Amino acid sequence: MSTEPTPSQTIGPFFHDALLDEDRSQLVSPDDPGAMRIVGTVYDGAGEVVPDAMVEIWQANRAGRYNHPADDRDDLLLEEEFSGFGRAGTDADGGFSFLTVKPGPVPGPNGMVQAPHVMVSVFARGLLKRLVSRIYFPDEEEANAADPVLSSIEDQELRRTLIARDEGGALRFDIRLQGDGQTAFFGF
Amino acid sequence: MTKRMGEETAGQRREEDPPYFYPDYVSTRLRAPRKPLIILPRTLSDVTGPAYGHGPVGEFDDDLTRHHSGEPLGERIIVTGSVLDGDGRPVRNSLVEIWQANAAGRYTHENDRHPAPLDPNFSGAGRCLTDDDGHYRFVTVKPGAYPWKNHHNAWRPAHIHLSLFGGAFRSRLITQMYFPGDPLFGQDPIFQSVRDEKARRRMISTFDLETTQPEWALGYRFDIVLEGREATPMENHR
Repeated sequence: MSTEPTPSQTIGPFFHDALLDEDRSQLVSPDDPGAMRIVGTVYDGAGEVVPDAMVEIWQANRAGRYNHPADDRDDLLLEEEFSGFGRAGTDADGGFSFLTVKPGPVPGPNGMVQAPHVMVSVFARGLLKRLVSRIYFPDEEEANAADPVLSSIEDQELRRTLIARDEGGALRFDIRLQGDGQTAFFGF
Repeated sequence: MTKRMGEETAGQRREEDPPYFYPDYVSTRLRAPRKPLIILPRTLSDVTGPAYGHGPVGEFDDDLTRHHSGEPLGERIIVTGSVLDGDGRPVRNSLVEIWQANAAGRYTHENDRHPAPLDPNFSGAGRCLTDDDGHYRFVTVKPGAYPWKNHHNAWRPAHIHLSLFGGAFRSRLITQMYFPGDPLFGQDPIFQSVRDEKARRRMISTFDLETTQPEWALGYRFDIVLEGREATPMENHR
């Protein structure tokens, strides 16, 4: 059998009943002392909001441990009830929202440490494959400056798109798919 | 560190994947990023991923013909196959989610304005987990083709949407499964956006007499290969 990868295709406009039938946007209880809201709006290249996108997040817990067998660092607390995965559709105003906790720092390449960050996937009609981005935190200036991924981005304006903005009560991470202020997107 | 991470033209990384910007598919024109992608080094952040990204799977979630009191209209089909990682190993216990139009080519979605009938016995959404051999299996009806407004007289070939997680953030994939011999392939910019012909063929299921059940349902086989491989302990840098 072929082991050549299956190509990606767009999520299209009609995924809601299949993928968003359950609310997966709350990774923690609102009562969690570390609960933090991340909000954002998805914009297209004309500056119009994108009301039919789906945003997924994947992150380590507050100790910096991923709830996954490949992260076997038993010295770090594993919170079984914290999956680290979230999924939200955008609303009529292009908005999405997650309730989560700030992840701890995690290991990077060559023994380096990565600043706290959240992995992001964006799917939408008109996106033939997902877009991958990362959310970094505005109160981590020192860690962000030393982060191997952030510091590999030479374009300062592009780098800044990855750092969420503190709105007081919530962090804002807008996603601009194209044009002025386009968000930094990653490939593997 | 910086030298290890080059930049590339957006969308040119995996040759089997479509580019982001593909003007024939009109919706890409304002949604495709135009700045180069930044290459991510392989780290714990992306060799891990949600074990499965959904709540428990219900008993009949994999049988889309049993979600209502009656049976849906259309050609009953079985869709089955393996989910493999980039090394050809089965991806076990991994969530597969599907959605599709009904036999008349209509989605149960408020934004679908195609004047074809809805089927009160078909919602078109299902999910299952792969088994220990990486196999998945759905029972459904064959979706119809449907018109869309991309260009004059544009029609989507019959297809089923599939969403897969695999074992890692890296392996996340959403794709579409097509049916063999569809006359609409040539004019469909979404199918044609995959530029490599061999790669396009990997999105077409095969009719399978072995999967077909006598006097009950036609069988189609669709194997899926995800990017990447399982993480090794070596990658758990301390």
